[in-house]
Amino acid sequence: MIELKELSKVFDTGKGSLKAVDDVNLSISSGEIFGIIGYSGAGKSTLIRLLNGLEKPTSGSVTISGQNISASKGQDLRKARQKVSMIFQHFNLLWSRTVKENIEFPLEIAGVPKSKRDARVLELVELVGLAGRENAYPSQLSGGQKQRVGIARALANDPEVLLCDEATSALDPQTTDSILELLVDINKRLGLTIVLITHEMHVIRKICHRVAVMEGGRVVELGDVLTVFQAPQQEITKRFVAQVTDTEDSNETIKHLRELYPTGELVKLIFVGDQTEQPILTKLIRKYPVDINIVHGNISHTQRGAYGTLIIQIKGTQPEIAQALAFLNEESIQTEVMA
Amino acid sequence: MIESLFPNVDWDNMWEATLETLYMTAMSTFFTFVIGLVLGIILFLTAPKQLWANSIVNWLTGAFVNIFRSIPFIILIILLIPFTKFMIGTIRGPNAALPALIIGAAPFYARMVLIALKEIDKGVIEAARSMGATTWTIIRKVLLPESKPALISGITVTAIALVGYTAMAGIIGAGGLGTLAFLDGFQRSREDVTLMATILILVIVFAIQFIGDRLTVKSDKR
Repeated sequence: MIELKELSKVFDTGKGSLKAVDDVNLSISSGEIFGIIGYSGAGKSTLIRLLNGLEKPTSGSVTISGQNISASKGQDLRKARQKVSMIFQHFNLLWSRTVKENIEFPLEIAGVPKSKRDARVLELVELVGLAGRENAYPSQLSGGQKQRVGIARALANDPEVLLCDEATSALDPQTTDSILELLVDINKRLGLTIVLITHEMHVIRKICHRVAVMEGGRVVELGDVLTVFQAPQQEITKRFVAQVTDTEDSNETIKHLRELYPTGELVKLIFVGDQTEQPILTKLIRKYPVDINIVHGNISHTQRGAYGTLIIQIKGTQPEIAQALAFLNEESIQTEVMA
Repeated sequence: MIESLFPNVDWDNMWEATLETLYMTAMSTFFTFVIGLVLGIILFLTAPKQLWANSIVNWLTGAFVNIFRSIPFIILIILLIPFTKFMIGTIRGPNAALPALIIGAAPFYARMVLIALKEIDKGVIEAARSMGATTWTIIRKVLLPESKPALISGITVTAIALVGYTAMAGIIGAGGLGTLAFLDGFQRSREDVTLMATILILVIVFAIQFIGDRLTVKSDKR
């Protein structure tokens, strides 16, 4: 569906050149929700703008549904953009137009006659859950409602791909979740391919099927979301995963526990899929004469299944602890003794 | 009562002068609006990183605007006499004032248009591009509507300045309340005529300001 080949973008900053995107190769399939995560300045904004030709690559190519976007211009590119639409962090609605007129805008651009536009707008307003607010101006809407207008506007011309540029970064956590649910819903209902960029691992966890981690313009890690959560390879990926699994507080407790019980072993357990629903700890204490302190626990649901972490302290003699760990490994729980 | 306060005022002349001032203001405001808008849009779109980024056109337009905005109006009228004669065929009467009024005010308004356009959120222009809009569509459906309040308040200020310019245009015999106040009032020491002309000019200015303010507020949905 979307193919990026040896894609690079160099900006001339006047003081020298800046490689915003550096030799990126990606292949995104139809109907997928693909996330790109990175800190600001990692090049993800530039990358997503290369996908609809808002930026031209310095080298390499972008192909969407067989059309070479990076080589298209004029009429061809404008037509292609109607099939690759975009939503934005700051919504970018026209304040001079009502909700209805904002959603109508892309239809006007596509040359859809007025009679058909009205029916289509009504449909879209329903789809994003804004019925009754058609005649409001953006200034009268909340952030979440504005993004819903943005989404309706992006869907107006039946696109094949939806690009989300930090679409939830300006929203509060609750609104973020409702917008993410809407995105999953339209992905399923319309079979839309979604490419999103974000700096929040929460967003990736919640809706993405696959994720690419960007650093310094390069994709440093790529994989299925669950796999990446379970076994992050790069240092930066581990930091992102820690965003949703660890908390500052648990680090404090760990330090404190270590002082209290210098003999016990601190272990992080990682459960995936069905394992999250098994009474593993009960089995463990029944079988071995060890004491367990639960320090921190967390279960995250991703689009590809559940993923849980549990930090425990095992107290007992050295051989007992070793046996307990061996048991956990037998149950194919991933364990990690914390230094 | 009014007759005794303004004994020297010839009301027919006063009315005719008022109409001339209104005519000159309306015509010059209209052309200033159109030309200023075009110049302002060119200045905006040819700036670096914009849709028509072109440093030569940008520099030339900028130079034209700056030069004509800097020449004092009274001098501009005199400098433009040959041009006016060529365009209008005469250098007397309300029509003869128009070229100088428009050339003096359009660059002034162009700057205001540029400021108004710069205020537009870049993200909105990017969003329109991402939907496949042509530059022409962006001008018509994004730039102009999104800057409407600033464009209206800008043309209000310009129109009021133009009322003042029409009075100065009296020195080339343009007519209007300025000429009347100068020739009939000042030179013949009839203070009441000058006062009446002033009152009428104030009424015109206040009316323009009032209408402009109302339209600005009404067009602003932010």
